[in-house]
Amino acid sequence: MTRKQRRLTLIGIAGVVLAGALGLILFALNDQIVFFQSPTDIVEKGVPPGQRIRLGGLVEDGSVERSGDANVRFKVTDTANAVTVTYTGILPDLFREGQGVVTEGTVGPDGVFVADSVLAKHDENYMPKEVAEALKKQGVWQGAQN
Amino acid sequence: MIVELGHYALVLTFALALVQSVVPVWGALRGDDRLMAIAPPVSILMFLLVLVSFVALTIAYVTSDFSVVNVWENSYSAKPLLYKITGVWGNHEGSVLLWVLILVFFGGLVGYFGRNIPAPLRATTLSVQAWITAGFTLFMLATSNPFARIANPPVEGNGLNPILQDIGLAVHPPLLYVGYVGFSITFSFAVAALILGRLDAAWARWVRPWTLLAWVFLTLGIAMGSYWAYYELGWGGWWFWDPVENASFMPWLAGTALLHSAIVMEKRDALKVWTVLLAIFTFSLSLLGTFLVRSGVLTSVHAFATDPARGVFILVLLCLFIGGSLSLYAWRAPVLKQGGLFAPISREGALVFNNLFLTAAATAVFVGTLYPLALDIVTGDKISVGAPFFNLTFAPLMVPLLLAVPFGPVLAWKRGDLLAACQRLYAAFGIAILAVLFTLWLWGVENVLAPLGAGLAVWIMAGSVSEIVTRVKLFEIGPSRALSRLWGLPGSAWGTAVAHFGVGITVLGIVTASAFQEERIQTMHPGESVELHHFEVTFDGSAPRTGPNYTEDVGHFTVRSGGVEVAAMDPSKRIYTARKMPTTESAILTSGLSQLYLSLGEVHQDGSMDVRVYYKPLVTLIWGGCLIMAFGGMLSIADRRLRVGAPKPAARRKMPSAPAPAE
Repeated sequence: MTRKQRRLTLIGIAGVVLAGALGLILFALNDQIVFFQSPTDIVEKGVPPGQRIRLGGLVEDGSVERSGDANVRFKVTDTANAVTVTYTGILPDLFREGQGVVTEGTVGPDGVFVADSVLAKHDENYMPKEVAEALKKQGVWQGAQN
Repeated sequence: MIVELGHYALVLTFALALVQSVVPVWGALRGDDRLMAIAPPVSILMFLLVLVSFVALTIAYVTSDFSVVNVWENSYSAKPLLYKITGVWGNHEGSVLLWVLILVFFGGLVGYFGRNIPAPLRATTLSVQAWITAGFTLFMLATSNPFARIANPPVEGNGLNPILQDIGLAVHPPLLYVGYVGFSITFSFAVAALILGRLDAAWARWVRPWTLLAWVFLTLGIAMGSYWAYYELGWGGWWFWDPVENASFMPWLAGTALLHSAIVMEKRDALKVWTVLLAIFTFSLSLLGTFLVRSGVLTSVHAFATDPARGVFILVLLCLFIGGSLSLYAWRAPVLKQGGLFAPISREGALVFNNLFLTAAATAVFVGTLYPLALDIVTGDKISVGAPFFNLTFAPLMVPLLLAVPFGPVLAWKRGDLLAACQRLYAAFGIAILAVLFTLWLWGVENVLAPLGAGLAVWIMAGSVSEIVTRVKLFEIGPSRALSRLWGLPGSAWGTAVAHFGVGITVLGIVTASAFQEERIQTMHPGESVELHHFEVTFDGSAPRTGPNYTEDVGHFTVRSGGVEVAAMDPSKRIYTARKMPTTESAILTSGLSQLYLSLGEVHQDGSMDVRVYYKPLVTLIWGGCLIMAFGGMLSIADRRLRVGAPKPAARRKMPSAPAPAE
């Protein structure tokens, strides 16, 4: 092979691999990203059943109900609207009523959000950023914390 | 007084860094030996000064001097001594100080040990290192001074975030930083080479040990962080594709690529321009990681404080260094001479293949990490890119790379013979097939990917063993003479084989721990049992306990296997007094290479507890493999040829000044 052919072969292979990688990335971005929505977004705009979303807000005071074997039911609110969430599993340490929370899952046909993960963050002062902004939209966020 | 001394030392470092930024490189360009000669002593002096700063801050922590804002915010007098010391870098200011300490440490190392490096290259490299030092010391002095005082000192501090009070944290950041910041010296070498317009195989030989050193520490740091998250966060996962994890993983991927391309450059004088670009990319990704983690753009356990001024400052530094170095690259790279021709099927070709896939994988991680940030800024949409994205993009890019790992070392330089390489790998291939069949027999055919993954892991391991066996000619000259050849093998050959073997081990751990994990989540009353794999876990009851700076509810569990008691496990839910912050302390039982993992959820009024039990087969291999990789890296550093410097190659065949081969 001449020098030029070698170079072209290399460029060709590199091009194919990079194009493949790019294709994969775009495909995955199209398919695998999860949008964050507030309870108001869900109530007003609705979410197609089966689409994964992240739902964030405050855990409504007095809404947490536990029934055996680590099943929990609670409401996530942005003070304007609230969505009922069910979850089976261990809640994070900082999950508390009145505190910020982000849950990920799908909306069932009955309008109940079935979460497969619940996140409250590592620090007691911390408010998930998305939640803080969703609350700001409702005009109830005082913003004393981080 | 000591605190002021630390502050003063830091200011002095900044001033020295400014001098160092200009004088040596000017000397190198003018060919003035006296100007260049200041670089080594100044680099060592800067290291000593930052060390003084660091020690001063440590003393403030140990003596609980709450008149220092930083200590007051992040320490607590009842904290155990160990965590007072590790608390020094458990906060924003202190961790940046550690960052700078390691930065000047690497500069100092080059100043002290770099006698065999040509003077202009060494002087310029140290100048470039000083640019970074100046930038970051200014950042500290302007926006995050760890030595700021409070007028009326409080009596008690705020305490350290309790999940950071852990021995894992004591070692994770320093290891990770040595890795991150270690790449700065490679970057400085690359920029120096661009400034001087001179780049040869010798350059790669000087650069490779530094890259290796940084890579070894980064590997250990990432493994440590992963294990820390695994046992401390109580979620039972060992990698979450969290942006902060990705921030350390991107430089690792680029650094791994750099290691391999530097070999090509050292041995064959090829891929020069690409190697320099990779060196720039690797440190740029380290800087990006620092920015992501330190600026508070990402909210995580690492985002200690979110002060916009800091974010903007680091962003400016980031743009200056990355933008500056890439512009310099665009301007000067054509000056660098090309050399070393090779066929696509050759050792060089295999290393290019490695680089291609590693950089593509790094790109995938980069996009997944930054896309949410970019989208938020552009459209305001909030999205999360989680594990599904990375599994879909990263895994397919890793598979061809991992399949190719055993081929690299058996291909010849310049022009390789694929058929001969395959013949040398027959045995490894056979063993891999056996591993697939064995896994199928053991676990059945429910999950077809898992046995293939296990086979892939075994293929890499067997490949690296067969590489050593072939090199010592075990089957041609008999075991006794092979043994003596074994001793004679160069460190770098051992390093390659051992590090690749470690990759196989890690892959095996990942495959088995993800595919064959068993999990139970349930509410348990005292006396109840749950069965998992061959274990029977009985909940005996819970009791409160008080520690030095926390109180906790401890659940007592007895683990039986085949009716015989094997262990007691005591996971707990803790509340740290200073911050009223709860944490989950998981209990882990290691049995062979597998682990039984127990963590607690809600404690109910009637004495029952929500319990999460995992059985994770071979999970320890994930971190064990990383240790082996790091060990392989160290073997390679220990190679005498790297330290002593190989004899100059005989006058190389001059290539016509044709355009460069594609790289």
